[in-house]
Amino acid sequence: MALAIRAEGLVKHYGETKALDGVDLEVPEGKVVGVLGPNGAGKTTAVRVLATLLRPDAGHATVHGHDVLKDPRAVRSLIGLTGQYASVDEDLSGTENLVLLARLLDFSRAGARARAAELLEQFELTDAAGRAAKTYSGGMRRRLDLAASLVGNPSVLYLDEPTTGLDPHARNEVWAVVRKLVAEGVTVLLTTQYLEEADQLADSITVFDHGCVVAEGRPDELKRRVGGQTLQVRPTSLSDLDVVHRILGDLTGVRPTRDDDTGLLTAPVSDPVLLSTLVRKLDEAGITADELALRLPSLDEVFLSLTGKRNEGSLV
Amino acid sequence: MSTIALDRGVRHGFALAWRGILKIRKNPEQLADVTIAPIILLVMFTYLFGGALAGNTDAYLQMLVPGILVMNILQASMTAGVQLNTDVSKGVFDRFRAMPIARSAPLVGAVLADVVRYVVCVVVLMIIATVMGYRVQTGPAELLIAAGLAIAFGLCFCWASVFVGMLLKTPQAVQGIMIVLIMPLTFGSNVFVGTSTMPGWLKAWADISPVSLLSDALRGLLNGGAIAGPLTGSLIWMAGAVAVFFPLAMWAYRKRV
Repeated sequence: MALAIRAEGLVKHYGETKALDGVDLEVPEGKVVGVLGPNGAGKTTAVRVLATLLRPDAGHATVHGHDVLKDPRAVRSLIGLTGQYASVDEDLSGTENLVLLARLLDFSRAGARARAAELLEQFELTDAAGRAAKTYSGGMRRRLDLAASLVGNPSVLYLDEPTTGLDPHARNEVWAVVRKLVAEGVTVLLTTQYLEEADQLADSITVFDHGCVVAEGRPDELKRRVGGQTLQVRPTSLSDLDVVHRILGDLTGVRPTRDDDTGLLTAPVSDPVLLSTLVRKLDEAGITADELALRLPSLDEVFLSLTGKRNEGSLV
Repeated sequence: MSTIALDRGVRHGFALAWRGILKIRKNPEQLADVTIAPIILLVMFTYLFGGALAGNTDAYLQMLVPGILVMNILQASMTAGVQLNTDVSKGVFDRFRAMPIARSAPLVGAVLADVVRYVVCVVVLMIIATVMGYRVQTGPAELLIAAGLAIAFGLCFCWASVFVGMLLKTPQAVQGIMIVLIMPLTFGSNVFVGTSTMPGWLKAWADISPVSLLSDALRGLLNGGAIAGPLTGSLIWMAGAVAVFFPLAMWAYRKRV
């Protein structure tokens, strides 16, 4: 598959701090790659290098074959950038911000107005089009940021922590927009501290820690690599807990984790078929369960086991 | 550079200047430093010191107005660095820089938008001065040339402010440094008093300072009198300021962003 972004051995040091310490990254065309990591892992630095805003100390990177150092102008004509550091002008209205960017992208006066109106409509900002951006809510502001990065119809979009600081409703709005763009064929490089976000949006995930890639793969691959699956069961009646504990233990050959407060029993399994066996055994014993599931470990658990520490930015 | 690229660069510069002008229109209070501050200075110096320095306030006003004009243009030009620093720290510049436009376009745009501030500065000052009794002794053509010269002076020296604005971290720090630089530059000149009573070292500087030379050139243009000498000196200073500070500003800008 053709690669939209290819980075090899990116290094960027600030004195003692190694923001990037030899990062390789590949993003196939039309896919979403999530870069996951805590604050200070080097996510933003990587985006800034790939967006031609920062020169790496070593390594090289291309966007659709154009080198970010040797041919930054060609790269800039392909990319859109949204995030913590690329922002709209708060004094200007939604329309004015977008018209300005369209003019800078060589739209005619009329063309710029039309493009601005079209994007404002698409992002449901038409009612607020004439208001200064500083009066926008967090979600509206982020949608305007996104619209601003799309004025030139970029084929590669960098989203640097697009939902940090947003409430769940506004976050869902941003996610919906990203999914729509991907459906239209845009390649997306997404950085996030939220494991759920990477899980929801990304085709594959690259985990950063201290300027290095510590893991990569599809979300389910990563989860499997770390812990395999677990069987969870919560009997309807707490008095059945001992019986179910024994059944589950016999089945998996391990002593299940038991939470007496919630009545939840958990045991790691290697074979997914065990789920149906468990159902049958519970049925034979005449026990009903409120909760019965085979699940992959959460990305939080993945992160913990990959980096040996909790993801501090995580809300989960 | 081809003419097409140049044409695009100019258009991008103007698009970004339009942004600056929109911002001025939305926050007119930002014009306080080029409107209210000069009025206070003009009124204060004229009525407090005019009698003592020039015998009467009317005579002092004739000498003071061209000088105050220079002082205020210089002050107005120094806000460019503060504005640009704010843009950089807020991340607006990153958006521009990730676009396929000339690297210098955001700088050029900001400086072009400042012309509006200079024009406001000149117009407000001349109106207040006229109300207070100041009269242009020459003609409208000379007035226009004087105004143009003052604006050009601001455009040349603003690159010093852009340079400082790109070097320092916060807009507040830029503001602080610029005040420290401008105070001695404007007061150590012939704007308020003639240089003849100053101690030798100060007189030596005040006689060749850009502020003094341009003040004299404007006095010649507006009140009548010698023009050629001070005008030449002013133009040399202006060319020098651009030659030194434009490359420095560009260097600091590239380093910063």
